[in-house]
Amino acid sequence: MTSVDLTVPPPSVTALPRKRIRWGEQLVHLVLFIAAAISVLTTLGIVLSLLLPALEFFREVSPVDFFTGTTWAPLFLDARFGVVPLVVGTLMISFWSALVAFPLGLGVAIYLSEYAAPRATAFLKPILEILAAIPTVVLGYFALTFVTPFLRNQLGVQVEIFNALAASLVLGIMLIPTIATLSEDAMAAVPRDLRDGGYALGADKLQVSTRIVVPAAVSGIIAAFVLGFSRAVGETMIVLIAAGQLAQITFDPRETIETITAFIGATGNGDVPTGSIEYKTIFAVGLTLFVMTLVMNLISIRLVRKYREVYE
Amino acid sequence: MTVVDVPIASGRPRRAWRNRLFQGAMLLCMLVAFGTLAVLLVDTAITGWPALSQQLLTGLPSTLPEEAGARPAILATLYLGALVLLFSVPIGVLTAIYLEEYANRERWWNRAIEVNIQNLAAVPAIVYGILGLAFIVRGIGVGRVVLAGGLILTLVVLPTVVVASREAIRAVPDSIRQGAFALGATKWQVVWRQVLPAAIPGIATGSILALSRAVGETAPLIMVGAITYVAFNPTLLGAYTALPVQIYNWTRQPDVDFQTLAAAGAIVLLVIVLSMNAVAIFLRNRYRKQW
Repeated sequence: MTSVDLTVPPPSVTALPRKRIRWGEQLVHLVLFIAAAISVLTTLGIVLSLLLPALEFFREVSPVDFFTGTTWAPLFLDARFGVVPLVVGTLMISFWSALVAFPLGLGVAIYLSEYAAPRATAFLKPILEILAAIPTVVLGYFALTFVTPFLRNQLGVQVEIFNALAASLVLGIMLIPTIATLSEDAMAAVPRDLRDGGYALGADKLQVSTRIVVPAAVSGIIAAFVLGFSRAVGETMIVLIAAGQLAQITFDPRETIETITAFIGATGNGDVPTGSIEYKTIFAVGLTLFVMTLVMNLISIRLVRKYREVYE
Repeated sequence: MTVVDVPIASGRPRRAWRNRLFQGAMLLCMLVAFGTLAVLLVDTAITGWPALSQQLLTGLPSTLPEEAGARPAILATLYLGALVLLFSVPIGVLTAIYLEEYANRERWWNRAIEVNIQNLAAVPAIVYGILGLAFIVRGIGVGRVVLAGGLILTLVVLPTVVVASREAIRAVPDSIRQGAFALGATKWQVVWRQVLPAAIPGIATGSILALSRAVGETAPLIMVGAITYVAFNPTLLGAYTALPVQIYNWTRQPDVDFQTLAAAGAIVLLVIVLSMNAVAIFLRNRYRKQW
C-alpha cells in the first residue's frame, strides 16, 4: 500500500471532481414525487367532482333556498330543496353519539395512560383495535336488530323502528377507539416531570390525572373530540340502516330522521339518471358534507400540531 | 437510623374513597365499550348461526331466503381486497418514502402534501363514493365494475397505508442510514437496502389493517354501483356486488329470514376482517424491534 502524504494540499480547489449527477437517483426522486402527488390529485378530484355538478345544481336552485329551506323533498313532483332538515339530522346524530363517545373515550384513555399496568394495556389495546375494525354495516345491523328492540322492550323507551337514538348509541361506541387512542397519544406526550412534580407536592393519582395530565394534554384531547365529531358527521352505514330516511327537523332522538350521508347513500344507490336534478342534488349535498368535515379536520390537525410543538 | 412508618394518607380517608370511585368509573368506561363489543359478537353469532351453511358460501343470491347464497359477493370482496393491496401498498409506501426520506420540509409543496394526506384520512368514505360516481363510473365510463370499486377503495385506505409506512420508516434509527452512507451507498441504495427492509414489519401491519378496513367498507361501494342482484361470478371488468353491500341489501328486506341471512353474512365478514386484524397485531408484536 503506498503512503499518501496528507500534509500536501491539493493543487487547486477547483480541481476537485464535480459532483456527478446520478440520473438513476434523479429518476427515483421523480417517481417518488409522482406517487406522493397522487394524494393531491385525489383531493383535487374530490373537489372538482363535487364542485362542478354542485354549481350546475345551484344554477337551477338558488343557494339561499338550499341553505335556508326547511323542507327536503327532492324526489317529489313539487320538489323542495331545503337542506336544513338533513343538517339538523346529521348534527343531532353527532351530538348524541358525542355524548356517548367523549366521556367513555376519555375515561378509557385516562385508564390506559395513567392507571393500567403495562400488561393490562398490552391486552386491552388490541381489543380496542378489534372494536375499531368492526365493519360499519355490521354495526348498523346491530343497531337496527338489537339496540332498537332492546330500547323498546327492555328499557321501555318509545322509539320508532328507525330512530336516531339507537344509531347514535352504536355510533358513539364506534367512536370510542378513535377518541381513546388519540387522547392517549396526547397524554403520553405529557412529560413525566409534570406528573412527578405533582406527586412530590402530595397529590394522589386522581389529582395528577385530572388536574395535571388532562389539562396539559387538553389541545390533543380536543383534537380527538373534533375528529371524532367529524367522523360521526361523515358516518354513513349506521345511520342509513338504523336511523331511517325521513328528513324532518326534530330534536327528539326517538324519531326517524335522515342525515346528509344517509340521503347520499340512499339516492346514489338507485338508478338516478345522469344530469337530472336529483343526480346533481347528490353533489350539492355532498359538497355541504365535505366542507363541514373539512373545517373540523383542519381544526383538529391544527390542535394536534400545537401540543406536539410544546412538548417535543 | 431507624425506619419509621409514616402514615401519609391516613388523615384524608375521603381522598382514598374518591380515588376508588374515579378508578371504578374508568373501569366502567372500559366495560361499556368491551361489553357492547361482546354483545355484538355474541348476538350476531347466535342470530346468524342457523343460516350459516355451505349454501351461504357457495350459493347464488335469490329472492327466496332459503335458497340465497353469497358466493358472487364473497368472491368479489376477495377480488376487491387483492386490487386494494396491489394498488395501495406500492403507492402508499413510495409516498411514505418520499415524505420521510426525500422531501424537503422547507418547501411549501411538501408541507401541502403532508397536510393533504392528513385531511384525506378524515374525509368521509361516502365522499370517495361521490368521486367514484362522478369520475370512474360515469365520467371516464369504466362502468360499475370490480376494477372501479377497487380503485375507489384504494383511495379510501391510501392515507392509512401512508401514515403507517411513514411511522415504520421513521422508527428506523438514523445510525443505520449514516453507516450506509459512510460506506459510499447512494441515497436510493440506503433506502432500498437498509431502511425499507428494516421497516417491512411496520409496513405489513399497516397494510393489513388498511386492507381489513377496505374489505368491510360499504358506503363508497354503494355509490360506485355494487348492484344488488348478481347471479354470476364476478370478473375484473364485470358487474359485481360485495359482501358488505350484500349484507346491507339483506338488512333492507322485510322478511325475517333475510335478517338471519344478513347476520350470517356478517359472521363471514367479521371472520375475514377480524382474522386480518389478528394477523396484523401478531406481526406487530412478533417483529417489534428494539434498536
